[in-house]
Amino acid sequence: MTLTDASASSSAPAQRKLSTAKAMVEAIAQEMERDEDVFVLGEDVGAYGGIFSSTTGLLEKFGPRRVLDTPISETAFIGAAIGAAVEGMRPVVELMFVDFFGVCMDQIYNHMAKIHFESGGNVTVPMVLTAAVGGGYSDGAQHSQCLWGTFAHLPGMKVVAPSNPADAKGLMTAAIRDDNPVVYLFHKGVMGLPWMAKNRRSVGPVPEGEHLVPIGKANVVRPGSDVTVVTLSLSVHHALDVAEELAQQGVDCEVVDLRSVVPLDTETILDSVGRTGRLLVVDEDYLSFGVSGEIVARVAERDPGLLRAPAARVAVPDVPIPYARPLEYAVLPTPDRIRRAVLGLVNA
Amino acid sequence: MEPDERLGLYRTMVLIRTYEESILREYHADKKPAFDIGAGLIPGEMHLSAGQEPVAAGVCAHLTADDAVTATHRPHHFAIAHGVDLERMTAEIFGRVDGLGRGRGGHMHLFDPATHFSCSGIIAEGYPPAVGQALAFQRRGTDRVAVAVTGEGAANQGAFHEALNLAALWKLPVVFVVEDNDWGISVPRSASTCVTSNALRAGGYGIPGERVEDNSVEAVHAAAGTAITRARAGEGPSLIEVHTLRLWGHFEGDAQGYRSDLEGVPGRDPLPTYEKQLRAAGVLHDSGDITVASIAAQARDRVEAAIEFAKRSPEPDPATALDHVFARS
Repeated sequence: MTLTDASASSSAPAQRKLSTAKAMVEAIAQEMERDEDVFVLGEDVGAYGGIFSSTTGLLEKFGPRRVLDTPISETAFIGAAIGAAVEGMRPVVELMFVDFFGVCMDQIYNHMAKIHFESGGNVTVPMVLTAAVGGGYSDGAQHSQCLWGTFAHLPGMKVVAPSNPADAKGLMTAAIRDDNPVVYLFHKGVMGLPWMAKNRRSVGPVPEGEHLVPIGKANVVRPGSDVTVVTLSLSVHHALDVAEELAQQGVDCEVVDLRSVVPLDTETILDSVGRTGRLLVVDEDYLSFGVSGEIVARVAERDPGLLRAPAARVAVPDVPIPYARPLEYAVLPTPDRIRRAVLGLVNA
Repeated sequence: MEPDERLGLYRTMVLIRTYEESILREYHADKKPAFDIGAGLIPGEMHLSAGQEPVAAGVCAHLTADDAVTATHRPHHFAIAHGVDLERMTAEIFGRVDGLGRGRGGHMHLFDPATHFSCSGIIAEGYPPAVGQALAFQRRGTDRVAVAVTGEGAANQGAFHEALNLAALWKLPVVFVVEDNDWGISVPRSASTCVTSNALRAGGYGIPGERVEDNSVEAVHAAAGTAITRARAGEGPSLIEVHTLRLWGHFEGDAQGYRSDLEGVPGRDPLPTYEKQLRAAGVLHDSGDITVASIAAQARDRVEAAIEFAKRSPEPDPATALDHVFARS
């Protein structure tokens, strides 16, 4: 078994490289081999292999008894996953686009997330709810959101969002083994899909065999001394690109990949801000009442004296994601917006 | 039916009615003179099931603790008929630390893993998890079944239809039960539902549907027996709708000013009707080992013991308010 510590995932010793999608599938397959109670269900998870390749090859390997294509009935099949989990199985259920949560939110937040609490801890709901998040390819306002802040706001579910292949595998393994419901949000832009502009880090080294990334542990993916950039998912890559570029100009960014939104690794954030004195939060979710505000608040609550300059945020400015390319890129947390925000902080 | 079976159904109905009458008394006793919903020994909303006993008694007579039941926001009759621990259930309703959910759930959120019982305060949303429980039973090669209960108002929710379709598609061992008490809070069935019977809707999913018209526990028992046998044999789901009776308000404190059928309600009470039937058949007597009075006394003793247990149980320590959001893996 390998256990990724806070700094190891970008320099994992594995030789072979996988796309994030393949790493995610590998974790599911290994857990299905290990535990007969793990099974997969959702729309187009069988022969299609998942619209975003999140289940490719599982049907061939495990057959239709353990990889179940469902009707387009999110309330029914997510609810069914809950019922199966209550009976001790460990379903991995895919809600294709996170944007669709509205049609089945009752099952998610009133049932999946609350049964353990309402039962006074006597019933557990060990399931993984996966969904694709994020924009950047003109899919419009109903297919481009991140929404992790929405799930994080509602108590009772863990929320993770990997940015790279090794973490995708490690977090999926941890999510399947967790006795809690875990919402696992994968950004289309980090999956390494053949039909999307590829992020260069969407294919990377992934440990073979059992690999776990603990849920609730952020990762300092780039150490730096001038500014802490706290972010997650695809924005980690934008932040790293900007950091490399600004290093040429003498600005040293530390990049923290949250990996888990719930539980949130406040200690790693505070440690980093304590060293750099400056905080930028980059979030592809909406600006208001979300992850970026939460992180700034936690730093301000613990020790506002850590900040040498007011904290800054780059997020989607409370507007539905537009369709037209220039409009969409005007609201997404692009490298250009991140760069300007970092420079604003160091020049403040 | 054998006399013993008939007596069993009667006992269950008496226990439920005794329970509901006692909860009603405890609930109101401490909320007077001015009704204050959050005050007293039992705070919050209270939905009692008096009049609907035949549905729970008739269905659950076919079940064991290995079978699952998901009930509605009006859950007590099904919980009792399915054998949920009466003391811990009552402690939960009183919001006490020995309750099924250690005081986190309340009367609409009763969870008992020992009998695979659960309920939901959200209309129709207990159906999909029941389908999932049935899926787990099927995958494990058991002959266990899941029973999902809704009211007739909930049959117009998407979850109801999605669950029926999925269960029918995968031939899952589920029995869908619709309690038609004529009223969705204040809206009559005629103003909410386009079909005369939700049993007709089963046909839309290619599964058997049967409507039991007269709130007869033995008719429910027969219909449920067919459906549960079919489910256990791997032949898939069925739907049973029972035209039952909401004897009291939607919730306690509901003045029912909207209710047009109130006058005829007492005469439709299923408990005296069944009692009369069993007396006429010579199953129930006023003298001998098993009498109407002895059955009533046994029920009273059990209910009193449960309420005493609940009252003795401490309220949860406020310092534990944040416990049990997450399981420790």
